[in-house]
Amino acid sequence: MNSKNTNQKSYVPYHSPYDPCPPIGKKFYSTPPNLYMGFQPYNLPQYSPKEALMKGTLWPAFYDYYENPYEKRR
Amino acid sequence: MWVYEKKLQYPVKVTSCNPTLAKYLIEQYGGSDGELAAALRYLNQRYTIPDKVIGLLTDIGTEEFAHLEMIATMIYKLTKDATPEQLKEAGIADHYVNHDSALFYHNAAGVPFTASYIAAKGDPIADLYEDIAAEEKARATYQWIINMSDDPDLNDSLRFLREREIIHSQRFREAVEILKEERDRKIFF
Amino acid sequence: MQQTLPEEFYQWMEELQAVDFVLVELTLYLDTHPQDQTAIQQFNQFAQQRKHIKKAIESKYGPLQQYGNSYSGMPWNWSDGPWPWQL
Repeated sequence: MNSKNTNQKSYVPYHSPYDPCPPIGKKFYSTPPNLYMGFQPYNLPQYSPKEALMKGTLWPAFYDYYENPYEKRR
Repeated sequence: MWVYEKKLQYPVKVTSCNPTLAKYLIEQYGGSDGELAAALRYLNQRYTIPDKVIGLLTDIGTEEFAHLEMIATMIYKLTKDATPEQLKEAGIADHYVNHDSALFYHNAAGVPFTASYIAAKGDPIADLYEDIAAEEKARATYQWIINMSDDPDLNDSLRFLREREIIHSQRFREAVEILKEERDRKIFF
Repeated sequence: MQQTLPEEFYQWMEELQAVDFVLVELTLYLDTHPQDQTAIQQFNQFAQQRKHIKKAIESKYGPLQQYGNSYSGMPWNWSDGPWPWQL
Protein backbone atom coordinates (compact mmCIF):
# COMPACT_ATOMS: atom_id res chain seq x y z
CA MET A 1 0.00 0.00 0.00
CA ASN A 2 1.14 3.48 -0.74
CA SER A 3 1.71 5.05 2.68
CA LYS A 4 0.82 8.42 1.24
CA ASN A 5 -2.82 7.40 0.93
CA THR A 6 -5.14 9.02 3.43
CA ASN A 7 -8.25 7.25 4.68
CA GLN A 8 -10.49 10.27 4.54
CA LYS A 9 -11.25 12.80 1.83
CA SER A 10 -13.46 15.85 1.74
CA TYR A 11 -15.17 18.21 -0.64
CA VAL A 12 -17.03 21.48 -0.28
CA PRO A 13 -20.57 21.34 -1.66
CA TYR A 14 -21.79 24.36 -3.59
CA HIS A 15 -23.68 26.77 -1.37
CA SER A 16 -26.36 28.89 -2.97
CA PRO A 17 -27.32 32.25 -1.48
CA TYR A 18 -30.84 30.80 -1.40
CA ASP A 19 -29.91 27.70 0.67
CA PRO A 20 -31.74 28.04 3.99
CA CYS A 21 -29.21 26.27 6.28
CA PRO A 22 -25.76 27.72 6.99
CA PRO A 23 -23.12 25.87 4.94
CA ILE A 24 -21.80 22.66 6.51
CA GLY A 25 -18.38 23.49 5.10
CA LYS A 26 -16.60 20.28 4.27
CA LYS A 27 -18.36 17.00 3.55
CA PHE A 28 -16.23 13.98 4.44
CA TYR A 29 -16.04 10.49 3.02
CA SER A 30 -13.93 7.45 3.84
CA THR A 31 -11.40 5.87 1.51
CA PRO A 32 -10.26 2.91 3.67
CA PRO A 33 -7.03 0.94 3.06
CA ASN A 34 -8.76 -1.93 1.23
CA LEU A 35 -9.27 0.43 -1.73
CA TYR A 36 -5.50 0.66 -2.21
CA MET A 37 -4.27 -2.79 -1.20
CA GLY A 38 -4.86 -4.89 -4.30
CA PHE A 39 -4.29 -8.59 -3.62
CA GLN A 40 -2.95 -8.80 -0.07
CA PRO A 41 0.75 -9.75 -0.12
CA TYR A 42 2.15 -12.57 2.06
CA ASN A 43 3.66 -11.90 5.49
CA LEU A 44 2.24 -8.50 6.34
CA PRO A 45 3.07 -7.43 9.92
CA GLN A 46 0.41 -8.48 12.45
CA TYR A 47 -1.12 -7.24 15.69
CA SER A 48 -1.08 -9.42 18.80
CA PRO A 49 -4.32 -11.44 19.14
CA LYS A 50 -5.77 -9.12 21.82
CA GLU A 51 -4.94 -6.01 19.86
CA ALA A 52 -6.28 -7.55 16.66
CA LEU A 53 -9.60 -8.24 18.37
CA MET A 54 -9.80 -4.67 19.67
CA LYS A 55 -8.96 -3.21 16.26
CA GLY A 56 -11.13 -5.55 14.20
CA THR A 57 -8.29 -6.73 11.97
CA LEU A 58 -5.13 -8.81 12.28
CA TRP A 59 -3.11 -6.50 10.03
CA PRO A 60 -2.19 -2.87 10.80
CA ALA A 61 -2.17 -2.22 7.04
CA PHE A 62 -5.98 -2.50 7.06
CA TYR A 63 -6.70 -0.59 10.24
CA ASP A 64 -8.81 2.51 9.79
CA TYR A 65 -9.99 4.26 12.95
CA TYR A 66 -13.24 6.12 12.42
CA GLU A 67 -14.51 9.11 14.34
CA ASN A 68 -17.37 11.51 13.65
CA PRO A 69 -15.61 14.09 11.45
CA TYR A 70 -18.28 16.74 12.10
CA GLU A 71 -18.00 16.66 15.87
CA LYS A 72 -15.07 19.08 16.20
CA ARG A 73 -17.06 21.75 14.46
CA ARG A 74 -19.75 21.97 17.13
CA MET B 1 -24.91 -27.50 9.11
CA TRP B 2 -24.13 -24.79 11.61
CA VAL B 3 -22.99 -25.13 15.20
CA TYR B 4 -23.72 -22.37 17.68
CA GLU B 5 -21.06 -21.21 20.12
CA LYS B 6 -22.04 -19.59 23.42
CA LYS B 7 -19.74 -16.63 22.86
CA LEU B 8 -19.94 -13.24 21.19
CA GLN B 9 -17.34 -12.54 18.53
CA TYR B 10 -16.41 -9.32 20.33
CA PRO B 11 -16.91 -8.31 23.99
CA VAL B 12 -19.84 -5.94 23.40
CA LYS B 13 -20.27 -3.30 26.09
CA VAL B 14 -22.91 -0.61 26.42
CA THR B 15 -22.32 2.22 28.90
CA SER B 16 -25.45 4.30 28.90
CA CYS B 17 -29.12 3.40 29.21
CA ASN B 18 -30.07 5.09 25.97
CA PRO B 19 -32.91 3.37 24.07
CA THR B 20 -32.74 5.99 21.29
CA LEU B 21 -29.54 4.36 20.08
CA ALA B 22 -31.44 1.07 19.68
CA LYS B 23 -33.64 2.82 17.15
CA TYR B 24 -30.59 3.57 15.00
CA LEU B 25 -28.95 0.18 15.51
CA ILE B 26 -31.99 -1.71 14.23
CA GLU B 27 -30.93 -0.47 10.79
CA GLN B 28 -28.09 -3.00 10.89
CA TYR B 29 -30.43 -5.71 12.20
CA GLY B 30 -33.25 -5.66 9.64
CA GLY B 31 -32.16 -2.98 7.17
CA SER B 32 -31.16 -3.35 3.51
CA ASP B 33 -27.42 -3.28 4.22
CA GLY B 34 -27.66 -4.92 7.62
CA GLU B 35 -26.09 -8.07 8.95
CA LEU B 36 -29.11 -10.31 8.25
CA ALA B 37 -29.20 -9.24 4.62
CA ALA B 38 -25.45 -9.80 4.36
CA ALA B 39 -25.54 -13.30 5.87
CA LEU B 40 -28.43 -14.39 3.66
CA ARG B 41 -26.95 -12.79 0.55
CA TYR B 42 -23.59 -14.60 0.77
CA LEU B 43 -24.90 -17.95 1.92
CA ASN B 44 -27.46 -17.95 -0.89
CA GLN B 45 -24.92 -17.05 -3.58
CA ARG B 46 -22.74 -20.04 -2.69
CA TYR B 47 -24.81 -22.43 -4.77
CA THR B 48 -24.17 -20.73 -8.08
CA ILE B 49 -20.55 -19.57 -7.97
CA PRO B 50 -17.27 -21.29 -8.92
CA ASP B 51 -15.88 -23.66 -6.27
CA LYS B 52 -12.83 -21.45 -5.72
CA VAL B 53 -14.84 -18.83 -3.85
CA ILE B 54 -17.53 -20.94 -2.14
CA GLY B 55 -15.39 -21.26 0.99
CA LEU B 56 -15.04 -17.48 1.26
CA LEU B 57 -18.80 -16.87 0.84
CA THR B 58 -19.54 -19.55 3.45
CA ASP B 59 -17.11 -18.10 5.97
CA ILE B 60 -18.05 -14.44 5.53
CA GLY B 61 -21.74 -15.37 5.56
CA THR B 62 -21.20 -17.23 8.81
CA GLU B 63 -19.30 -14.31 10.36
CA GLU B 64 -22.23 -12.04 9.48
CA PHE B 65 -24.45 -14.10 11.79
CA ALA B 66 -21.98 -13.41 14.59
CA HIS B 67 -22.32 -9.71 13.78
CA LEU B 68 -26.11 -10.01 13.80
CA GLU B 69 -25.84 -11.41 17.32
CA MET B 70 -23.63 -8.49 18.36
CA ILE B 71 -26.17 -5.97 17.05
CA ALA B 72 -28.98 -7.88 18.79
CA THR B 73 -26.97 -7.77 22.02
CA MET B 74 -26.59 -4.00 21.79
CA ILE B 75 -30.31 -3.48 21.12
CA TYR B 76 -31.23 -5.93 23.88
CA LYS B 77 -29.01 -4.16 26.40
CA LEU B 78 -30.19 -0.69 25.41
CA THR B 79 -33.88 -1.53 25.82
CA LYS B 80 -34.25 -4.37 28.32
CA ASP B 81 -34.94 -2.36 31.46
CA ALA B 82 -36.54 0.65 29.82
CA THR B 83 -40.08 1.53 30.86
CA PRO B 84 -42.78 2.26 28.26
CA GLU B 85 -42.38 5.91 29.22
CA GLN B 86 -38.65 5.85 28.47
CA LEU B 87 -39.24 4.09 25.16
CA LYS B 88 -41.74 6.78 24.27
CA GLU B 89 -39.22 9.51 25.05
CA ALA B 90 -36.66 7.62 22.97
CA GLY B 91 -38.98 7.77 19.97
CA ILE B 92 -39.67 4.03 19.78
CA ALA B 93 -43.28 4.06 20.95
CA ASP B 94 -44.34 2.93 17.47
CA HIS B 95 -42.13 -0.12 17.83
CA TYR B 96 -43.35 -0.74 21.35
CA VAL B 97 -47.07 -0.83 20.57
CA ASN B 98 -46.50 -3.67 18.13
CA HIS B 99 -43.57 -5.57 19.66
CA ASP B 100 -43.00 -4.49 23.30
CA SER B 101 -39.20 -4.78 23.60
CA ALA B 102 -39.00 -7.76 21.23
CA LEU B 103 -36.49 -7.37 18.43
CA PHE B 104 -37.97 -7.29 14.96
CA TYR B 105 -36.34 -7.42 11.54
CA HIS B 106 -37.07 -3.93 10.32
CA ASN B 107 -34.96 -0.89 9.56
CA ALA B 108 -34.60 2.33 11.55
CA ALA B 109 -37.66 3.77 9.81
CA GLY B 110 -39.76 0.69 10.67
CA VAL B 111 -39.80 -0.86 7.19
CA PRO B 112 -39.92 -4.66 7.58
CA PHE B 113 -37.12 -6.77 6.18
CA THR B 114 -37.68 -8.04 2.65
CA ALA B 115 -35.95 -10.62 0.46
CA SER B 116 -35.58 -7.98 -2.25
CA TYR B 117 -32.62 -6.59 -0.24
CA ILE B 118 -30.73 -9.70 -1.29
CA ALA B 119 -29.39 -9.72 -4.81
CA ALA B 120 -28.62 -13.00 -6.56
CA LYS B 121 -27.95 -12.58 -10.25
CA GLY B 122 -26.24 -15.92 -10.80
CA ASP B 123 -23.38 -14.18 -12.59
CA PRO B 124 -20.23 -14.57 -10.45
CA ILE B 125 -18.78 -11.16 -11.27
CA ALA B 126 -22.09 -9.32 -10.87
CA ASP B 127 -22.71 -11.08 -7.55
CA LEU B 128 -19.23 -10.38 -6.16
CA TYR B 129 -19.43 -6.71 -7.18
CA GLU B 130 -22.78 -6.65 -5.40
CA ASP B 131 -21.06 -8.07 -2.32
CA ILE B 132 -18.30 -5.47 -2.44
CA ALA B 133 -20.91 -2.73 -2.70
CA ALA B 134 -22.88 -4.27 0.18
CA GLU B 135 -19.78 -4.20 2.40
CA GLU B 136 -19.06 -0.56 1.55
CA LYS B 137 -22.69 0.36 2.21
CA ALA B 138 -22.62 -1.41 5.57
CA ARG B 139 -19.35 0.39 6.39
CA ALA B 140 -21.01 3.72 5.58
CA THR B 141 -24.05 2.84 7.72
CA TYR B 142 -21.77 2.14 10.69
CA GLN B 143 -20.18 5.55 10.16
CA TRP B 144 -23.54 7.29 10.18
CA ILE B 145 -24.56 5.42 13.35
CA ILE B 146 -21.26 6.32 15.05
CA ASN B 147 -21.90 9.96 14.06
CA MET B 148 -25.24 9.77 15.89
CA SER B 149 -24.02 7.89 18.97
CA ASP B 150 -22.34 9.34 22.05
CA ASP B 151 -21.81 6.05 23.89
CA PRO B 152 -18.04 5.38 23.83
CA ASP B 153 -18.31 1.63 24.59
CA LEU B 154 -21.00 1.14 21.98
CA ASN B 155 -18.88 3.02 19.46
CA ASP B 156 -16.03 0.59 20.21
CA SER B 157 -18.18 -2.33 19.07
CA LEU B 158 -19.45 -0.36 16.07
CA ARG B 159 -15.86 0.45 15.04
CA PHE B 160 -15.05 -3.25 15.25
CA LEU B 161 -17.98 -4.04 12.96
CA ARG B 162 -17.02 -1.24 10.55
CA GLU B 163 -13.48 -2.60 10.33
CA ARG B 164 -14.86 -6.05 9.52
CA GLU B 165 -16.69 -4.58 6.53
CA ILE B 166 -13.33 -3.30 5.28
CA ILE B 167 -11.79 -6.76 5.54
CA HIS B 168 -14.77 -8.46 3.90
CA SER B 169 -14.66 -5.96 1.04
CA GLN B 170 -10.94 -6.73 0.64
CA ARG B 171 -11.61 -10.48 0.42
CA PHE B 172 -14.41 -10.06 -2.10
CA ARG B 173 -12.10 -7.92 -4.22
CA GLU B 174 -9.54 -10.73 -4.06
CA ALA B 175 -12.25 -13.22 -5.02
CA VAL B 176 -12.92 -11.18 -8.17
CA GLU B 177 -9.20 -11.30 -8.99
CA ILE B 178 -9.21 -15.07 -8.53
CA LEU B 179 -12.12 -15.48 -10.93
CA LYS B 180 -10.48 -13.16 -13.47
CA GLU B 181 -7.32 -15.27 -13.58
CA GLU B 182 -6.66 -17.60 -16.48
CA ARG B 183 -6.90 -21.24 -15.44
CA ASP B 184 -3.82 -22.66 -13.66
CA ARG B 185 -2.00 -19.35 -13.67
CA LYS B 186 -1.20 -18.18 -10.18
CA ILE B 187 -1.71 -14.65 -8.98
CA PHE B 188 1.70 -13.09 -8.69
CA PHE B 189 2.66 -11.62 -5.35
CA MET C 1 -32.10 -18.15 38.84
CA GLN C 2 -28.84 -17.35 37.14
CA GLN C 3 -25.58 -16.73 38.90
CA THR C 4 -23.53 -13.65 38.13
CA LEU C 5 -20.27 -14.85 36.68
CA PRO C 6 -16.94 -13.90 38.27
CA GLU C 7 -14.52 -11.47 36.64
CA GLU C 8 -12.29 -14.44 35.81
CA PHE C 9 -14.92 -15.76 33.39
CA TYR C 10 -14.90 -12.51 31.42
CA GLN C 11 -11.11 -12.65 31.17
CA TRP C 12 -11.21 -16.22 29.88
CA MET C 13 -13.88 -15.26 27.40
CA GLU C 14 -11.79 -12.42 26.05
CA GLU C 15 -8.82 -14.76 25.78
CA LEU C 16 -10.93 -17.06 23.61
CA GLN C 17 -12.38 -14.18 21.61
CA ALA C 18 -8.86 -12.94 20.81
CA VAL C 19 -7.57 -16.33 19.66
CA ASP C 20 -10.77 -17.04 17.73
CA PHE C 21 -10.53 -13.66 16.06
CA VAL C 22 -7.08 -14.49 14.70
CA LEU C 23 -8.58 -17.75 13.41
CA VAL C 24 -11.44 -15.91 11.69
CA GLU C 25 -9.02 -13.47 10.05
CA LEU C 26 -6.71 -16.25 8.91
CA THR C 27 -9.65 -18.31 7.64
CA LEU C 28 -10.84 -15.53 5.34
CA TYR C 29 -7.24 -14.80 4.31
CA LEU C 30 -6.54 -18.44 3.50
CA ASP C 31 -9.75 -18.68 1.49
CA THR C 32 -8.08 -16.34 -1.00
CA HIS C 33 -4.43 -17.32 -0.26
CA PRO C 34 -4.57 -21.13 -0.08
CA GLN C 35 -0.81 -21.49 -0.77
CA ASP C 36 0.53 -19.35 2.10
CA GLN C 37 2.44 -21.92 4.19
CA THR C 38 3.39 -19.55 6.99
CA ALA C 39 -0.24 -18.52 7.46
CA ILE C 40 -1.35 -22.16 7.48
CA GLN C 41 1.22 -22.96 10.16
CA GLN C 42 0.03 -20.04 12.23
CA PHE C 43 -3.56 -21.14 11.71
CA ASN C 44 -2.88 -24.65 12.98
CA GLN C 45 -0.98 -23.27 15.95
CA PHE C 46 -3.90 -21.07 16.95
CA ALA C 47 -6.37 -23.89 16.32
CA GLN C 48 -4.50 -25.90 18.94
CA GLN C 49 -4.40 -22.97 21.34
CA ARG C 50 -8.18 -22.48 21.06
CA LYS C 51 -8.68 -26.13 22.04
CA HIS C 52 -6.83 -25.56 25.31
CA ILE C 53 -8.76 -22.40 26.13
CA LYS C 54 -12.08 -24.03 25.25
CA LYS C 55 -11.28 -26.94 27.55
CA ALA C 56 -10.26 -24.63 30.40
CA ILE C 57 -13.47 -22.58 30.13
CA GLU C 58 -15.75 -25.60 29.78
CA SER C 59 -14.26 -27.45 32.77
CA LYS C 60 -15.39 -24.56 34.97
CA TYR C 61 -18.30 -22.88 33.23
CA GLY C 62 -19.96 -25.56 31.14
CA PRO C 63 -20.19 -26.31 27.42
CA LEU C 64 -19.54 -23.63 24.80
CA GLN C 65 -20.94 -25.69 21.94
CA GLN C 66 -23.37 -28.52 21.73
CA TYR C 67 -24.63 -31.21 19.37
CA GLY C 68 -21.73 -33.15 20.86
CA ASN C 69 -18.99 -30.65 20.15
CA SER C 70 -18.66 -30.31 23.92
CA TYR C 71 -19.18 -32.82 26.75
CA SER C 72 -22.19 -32.39 28.98
CA GLY C 73 -22.21 -32.06 32.76
CA MET C 74 -24.73 -33.81 35.01
CA PRO C 75 -27.53 -32.68 34.76
CA TRP C 76 -27.61 -31.32 31.19
CA ASN C 77 -25.97 -27.90 31.49
CA TRP C 78 -26.02 -26.57 27.92
CA SER C 79 -29.16 -24.56 28.53
CA ASP C 80 -27.77 -22.87 31.66
CA GLY C 81 -27.50 -19.10 31.43
CA PRO C 82 -26.39 -16.49 31.23
CA TRP C 83 -26.31 -16.44 27.44
CA PRO C 84 -23.80 -14.28 25.54
CA TRP C 85 -26.15 -11.33 25.06
CA GLN C 86 -27.06 -11.37 28.76
CA LEU C 87 -23.49 -11.10 30.04
